[in-house]
Amino acid sequence: MDRIPILRMGETLLVTIQVDMQDQTALALQDDLAEKIAKTGASGVMIDISALEIVDSFVGRMLSSISGIAGILSATTVVVGMQPAVAITLVELGLSLEGVKTALDVERGMAMLAAVRAEHRHGG
Amino acid sequence: MAAETAGVLPLGSEQDIVASRQHVRTLCQALKFSLVDQTKMVTATSELSRNTLIHGHGGRMHWSLGEHNGRRGLELVFEDEGPGIADLKLALSDGWTSGSGMGLGLPGSKRLVNEFDIQSVPGRGTRVRIVKWK
Amino acid sequence: MIDQDNPLKDALRDPGAVVAGWLDELGVADPAQRRALQTEAGELVRSLAEGLDRGGDASRLAGPAWDGLRETLESLSRSRAAKGETAGDTSQFVLALKRPLFDALQRSRGDHPERLMAGIWAASQLVDRLAQHTATTFQKSREDIIRRQQDDLLELSTPVVKLWEGVLAVPMIGVLDSNRTQIVMETLLQSIVDSGSGLAIIDITGVPTVDTLVAQHLLKTVTAIRLMGADCIISGIRPQIAQTIVHLGIDLQGITTKATLADALSVALQKTGWRISREK
Repeated sequence: MDRIPILRMGETLLVTIQVDMQDQTALALQDDLAEKIAKTGASGVMIDISALEIVDSFVGRMLSSISGIAGILSATTVVVGMQPAVAITLVELGLSLEGVKTALDVERGMAMLAAVRAEHRHGG
Repeated sequence: MAAETAGVLPLGSEQDIVASRQHVRTLCQALKFSLVDQTKMVTATSELSRNTLIHGHGGRMHWSLGEHNGRRGLELVFEDEGPGIADLKLALSDGWTSGSGMGLGLPGSKRLVNEFDIQSVPGRGTRVRIVKWK
Repeated sequence: MIDQDNPLKDALRDPGAVVAGWLDELGVADPAQRRALQTEAGELVRSLAEGLDRGGDASRLAGPAWDGLRETLESLSRSRAAKGETAGDTSQFVLALKRPLFDALQRSRGDHPERLMAGIWAASQLVDRLAQHTATTFQKSREDIIRRQQDDLLELSTPVVKLWEGVLAVPMIGVLDSNRTQIVMETLLQSIVDSGSGLAIIDITGVPTVDTLVAQHLLKTVTAIRLMGADCIISGIRPQIAQTIVHLGIDLQGITTKATLADALSVALQKTGWRISREK
């Protein structure tokens, strides 16, 4: 089973999902991220799904879970690069991904994480 | 080489779910579905394949290419001999804005396709048929 | 051997002759055209004979025995509809089958006027039914083609305008049905990605009424935009529409709404960090 690699850039952990994941791969990613956030004290998690052509309810729940778990570990999660067809399908499926922050691309995602960090630093 | 117009794929493992997604993707591309329609059909496949594996304890996916009134379409039938669904009406009820994706995700999948029917007998099994027309 | 009971089987004993007679009746001289029609005619006669063999009831075109024949008729209809032929021409093609069937019956039952009459009646009725089925399918095919052409046109004519750096606007015009909304949604979302715009203004000035269904379509579009990480403002909310929305208890889920496009642009600029100043 392939494990999705997690890269570290300063206070942010970066994940790029490029493969059609098996369910267990998604669960493993969840575990790995939780562990790495705790270990590194990262304040931000960016998940790049620009290469993901299918986001079903399982992956949707995974993204919500990661967001929740990261939040408990004091990190902000942002999902970037959702494809239009995926967004349309998710809406039809009835999945609103509540609680998951999204941004159009990596650049905006990083800006969002930086803004949140700044807010926290100034007692926001 | 004659092109196949129907077949069966097993749904007995997680890899099978991935395989079913990829096969349906290929079929949709061959039928020249729009990208959005492809995405919807493959996503529905993922949901229903997973149901068959997890809730149905394994089964299979029949696929067939068809034509009706000048439109080409893809029909998928997911069947299992699992425990079945006790309350079909409940499983199929959902407003479009609600639904966290828990449970069987049937109403969501239904919105992704043109035709959807389901038969389920507790203790005998479940059969879900979906069709998407071009 | 004359099939006393089934005049149609009788008439089709020599399918080749029926096809030849059919083509003669159509009066097609051009050899290339004749060849093409020969294929179509041959298939139809074949399906007809098969249906009869399977015990198809000639008084109705329903049932599994006639599945093959119906399919052949439908495919014939579709291909002619796609070529832009008229329904009249297509019916004419099918109706011309009567002559060769009558001729075949004449040859085999000429000595028995009563049986000949019965045969001609049965053949005429059947061919009428074939023509009717063809016409119905033809109509449906034309409608489908027109609908698809309209969709293509709609896609091409959905105007997504870049109002400012990072701000897109799309005017929705006319009745918002699910098909139109789908197309506008797809075009708008793709434009958002292509232009990297963080904000989309959906102007509904040109939408006559907003009911629960229309609101649902709009909300779907807004949800999709937000899912992708962009933001959305709805403009063109006339006072009457505002009233309707409140009356129907529609929850706008925190979407910013403005009466005019100008107001919406003003908010959009603020949100994206622009400040406009005027020099006196």
